[in-house]
Amino acid sequence: MAKEYSYYPGCSSQKGASSSNQLRSTQAICKELGIQLNEIPDWNCCSASIGYAGGGELPRLALSARNIALSEKHHPNQDVVATCAACWLATRETNDRLTENKALFAETNEALKEAGLVFNGQKKVRHMVEVLIEDIGFEEMKNHVKKPLEGIKIAGYVGCQTNRPFGIDGESFENPVYLDKMIEAMGAESIPDYEKKVSCCGGALMFSEPEKSQALVKEILESAHDNGADMIVTPCPVCQMNTEVYQEQINAKYGTKFNIPSVYYSTLMSVAYGQTAEEAALKGQMIRATKLEEIADK
Amino acid sequence: MKYRNNFLREVEANVEEGEWVKRCMQCGVCSGSCPLGPHWDHPPQELFMMIRAGKREEVLSSESMWMCTSCYNCIARCPRELPITHIMHGLAHYAVRLGMVPKNQQTQKFAQKFWNNLSKKGRVNELKLGLSLYFMNGFMEGIKTSLKMQKIGLGMWKTKRMDPMEILGGHGCKDTKGLQAMLKKASEIEAAKKVKV
Repeated sequence: MAKEYSYYPGCSSQKGASSSNQLRSTQAICKELGIQLNEIPDWNCCSASIGYAGGGELPRLALSARNIALSEKHHPNQDVVATCAACWLATRETNDRLTENKALFAETNEALKEAGLVFNGQKKVRHMVEVLIEDIGFEEMKNHVKKPLEGIKIAGYVGCQTNRPFGIDGESFENPVYLDKMIEAMGAESIPDYEKKVSCCGGALMFSEPEKSQALVKEILESAHDNGADMIVTPCPVCQMNTEVYQEQINAKYGTKFNIPSVYYSTLMSVAYGQTAEEAALKGQMIRATKLEEIADK
Repeated sequence: MKYRNNFLREVEANVEEGEWVKRCMQCGVCSGSCPLGPHWDHPPQELFMMIRAGKREEVLSSESMWMCTSCYNCIARCPRELPITHIMHGLAHYAVRLGMVPKNQQTQKFAQKFWNNLSKKGRVNELKLGLSLYFMNGFMEGIKTSLKMQKIGLGMWKTKRMDPMEILGGHGCKDTKGLQAMLKKASEIEAAKKVKV
């Protein structure tokens, strides 16, 4: 029987949005692993980590509380699961703060009443990789591999918000290895000492402070390159976008020649699980992951 | 002028997680851990001391807290467990409320656009957000930015990660009415709690 979860996809994974390829490849691995994602009806944006200029504390908490309340109403007994780092962080933060703070709990519910909803605080809010690690396990992830990704060296770029402040699988903030373990489980070679594994890509400040953020991304790419990586793998939509699409601008500015594919762990797993390039969302790469395409087409 | 410093109390009352400020022990781990650390005029531990010293104008009109990328490194490493990221967001939001943000602060402009975009229909419209962002510094700047970003835009469209049709409306919640009423109520409750200075 399929394991069911109350799924919060988030704005960037909608059709025609920047991480729609993450959603597609996630669905592909879920099909293989017997995971059923039930989309939270009428979910809204979590306001990410950048809504704070316009939205105060309570309006932002209310946004995430609305999603949890909808999940409580429509999917009782299913954990809330998000694939996006910012979605997970905002939702889990709200869940924790409202259950710990009686005043905020009451005020948020007063606001939610306007939308005809109630937040009870009975949900667990989890990241998709937690589901994979805790409910499926590394062994089982490995058992489904049909085409081991032999001969590919991968820099596992965890980034910030899938790591801090909550952590995954009780690992250290400074050098988590869950992503390396997932890479190894797919038959590829990981780089556990990748120096920029948990460094910041600039996040949303890529838009408002592009030069400062691109300087950070340059170091992330440089370290991956110098470690001999064929590609970067990441769990986060912002990390993926920032490490992939600005490489040409970075090259122009710094005289570098980066052309490193950056893919989601879900794309990597889809290929190892024998799914087509289409299902693995490889066509969503601006820098083509040719080594993965070759395996997918075999 | 007043002889007693009330700015710390003002921050404690009106800024998100502001009650933590006085617990800072000035070790500087937050400043050393910040990815944009070199670009802050006053790194977090300095802002905390300035709040305690009553430097209201200098703190609230600073560009510093707008350099926060929300990487949570400072939170993960702070020996006193201050929620520094949230305090930075809180200070930034409070500066907006009081109209004390420096003119043309880029992150403030972007963050405001992000909020306006999402609160309209409950979900972010990436295309409209991107375009409004290109043009946020005027028309000519917008044309320049658009040209610079043309290849990326084209790449995103070809890989089906950008949909030009979103300009006509695009994604959104069904219950936008309920959502907007909820946000309005939340803002009202919050405004009523702020202490007048």
